Amino acid sequence: MKAIDRVLTARDKDRPKITDYVDNLFTDFFEQKGDYLGKEDASIYGGIALFHGKPVTVLGHRKGRTATENMACNFGMPGPEGYRKALRIMRQAEKFNRPIITFVDTPGAYPGLEAEMYGQSQAISGNLAAMSTLKVPVITIVTGEGSSGGALGIAVANRVYMLENAIYSVLSPEGFASILWHDSAKRDEAAEVMKLTAQDLYEFGVVDGIISERGSGLTVVNDGEQSAYSRLYSRIDKTISAALKEMKGMSPEELAQDRFNKFRSFDERYLGKESKARMENI
Amino acid sequence: MTSVVDLRKSKFNRYKDLRNNPSELLEPAIKPASEYTVWDRIYDIVDADSFQEFEFDFPETNPLEFQGYVEKKNELRDETDCHDAIVSGTCTIDGHKTVLAVMNKKFMMASMGIELGEIVCKTAEYAMEHKLPLVIFTASGGARMQEGILSLMQMAKTSAVIEKFKEQGGLYIAVLTHPTTGGVSASFATLGDITLAEPGALIGFAGPRVIEQTIGEKLPEGFQRAEFLEEHGFVDAVVPREELRSALAQILMLHSK
Repeated sequence: MKAIDRVLTARDKDRPKITDYVDNLFTDFFEQKGDYLGKEDASIYGGIALFHGKPVTVLGHRKGRTATENMACNFGMPGPEGYRKALRIMRQAEKFNRPIITFVDTPGAYPGLEAEMYGQSQAISGNLAAMSTLKVPVITIVTGEGSSGGALGIAVANRVYMLENAIYSVLSPEGFASILWHDSAKRDEAAEVMKLTAQDLYEFGVVDGIISERGSGLTVVNDGEQSAYSRLYSRIDKTISAALKEMKGMSPEELAQDRFNKFRSFDERYLGKESKARMENI
Repeated sequence: MTSVVDLRKSKFNRYKDLRNNPSELLEPAIKPASEYTVWDRIYDIVDADSFQEFEFDFPETNPLEFQGYVEKKNELRDETDCHDAIVSGTCTIDGHKTVLAVMNKKFMMASMGIELGEIVCKTAEYAMEHKLPLVIFTASGGARMQEGILSLMQMAKTSAVIEKFKEQGGLYIAVLTHPTTGGVSASFATLGDITLAEPGALIGFAGPRVIEQTIGEKLPEGFQRAEFLEEHGFVDAVVPREELRSALAQILMLHSK
């Protein structure tokens, strides 16, 4: 499968959406709306639910299937209010000692006038900083498009997994081709060069595991039968359960430190030996 | 890479000479922005002779094996006397010991890759270890596309380290200069305890052209400029270049008591 095919598969409107994951992996979901600062941003969907009987906070980007649905959730592109809502409910999860599970599927944070006016940058950086200190387990699953800071803004997790045909990248292949080659038509080539597939990311050490989509009915052209997905939900369920089990014995401080270490050192293989830096005292 | 370091030192000395000999001193405040270099910036801000640069020796990085990337970097190293798009070190500002980093937009628009992200982190960690305030002059086009996902992840890395520094009581002053956008704007640039910005600096997550294409209309005058951010409550003060040194000195003094 070529990288561009994965990109198209990741964007397929018939792939399961956050609401499907919530319905199939959790029970007793209570949706929490609003950033409590003045706005509800429907492009982030989240709340409290039970996972195998234990309370968790679950949230993710919301994409729709129809034009109407997508208009309502802005095609999964959050503004600052979406990131602030996510942060609000994650802080609350920390207060009540609930693990946090996030699902990533976004073309990116919304590049709009109001989004800039109300602090898109600050909302995202605020989430990156705050998520790095959360004292509960955080698990992220990239289910579709994981594009740019808009994806990362809810993805600073102890464990990050990707579905087999999900993508995770610094920006869209179209954007990449347009910026570096001044030709957005070269997106197929860009997709290849960018190394954005689950396998690539696993090899880079950015994600901890790949969840197989084999036999789950997830292809570019989908038969639309929900039942075909059950195998996929079961694999995701197992992945989350195993990750929670791994983190079960960790203290709140250890959980934060574990996450910090992950993001501090994921790229150390590219940096050589630390002793090479010369930083003299003054 | 020793030649780069030597070159850099000789350039330092040239600036030092200019400082010591006011008749030859170019007035950086009236230099056109395009000629104002990272070294001009450092010598405008720090006390004379106080800057001690951190030196790093990272291996060459090209995780995507992106064609022409290493060649481009080597070319720019010769041109800018910087190994990547940031210079950092220790200094005093009006007598206050400070850790200082300045981003260099002449180096690939100061986009953030692994090396730049690591230098931001190591610099913040030095400040943390020595309990010194940290000042970063930001400028950036965003993430370093040529490093793919690893450049995106620098946002999380730098934000986590800056947050740790702040949690432990460190003072972080971000000075946003033209332009500060994308992955840098949405990470350590906007995490300051105190945030200053230079007049007219373009500061934002998405570039103006992308926004215009998305919303299909022209953006209002002054949109995403420093003054716009001040008006919307995201910077403490817009400070002209020639007053930045005294503004920093004042803030550092207020935190030293």
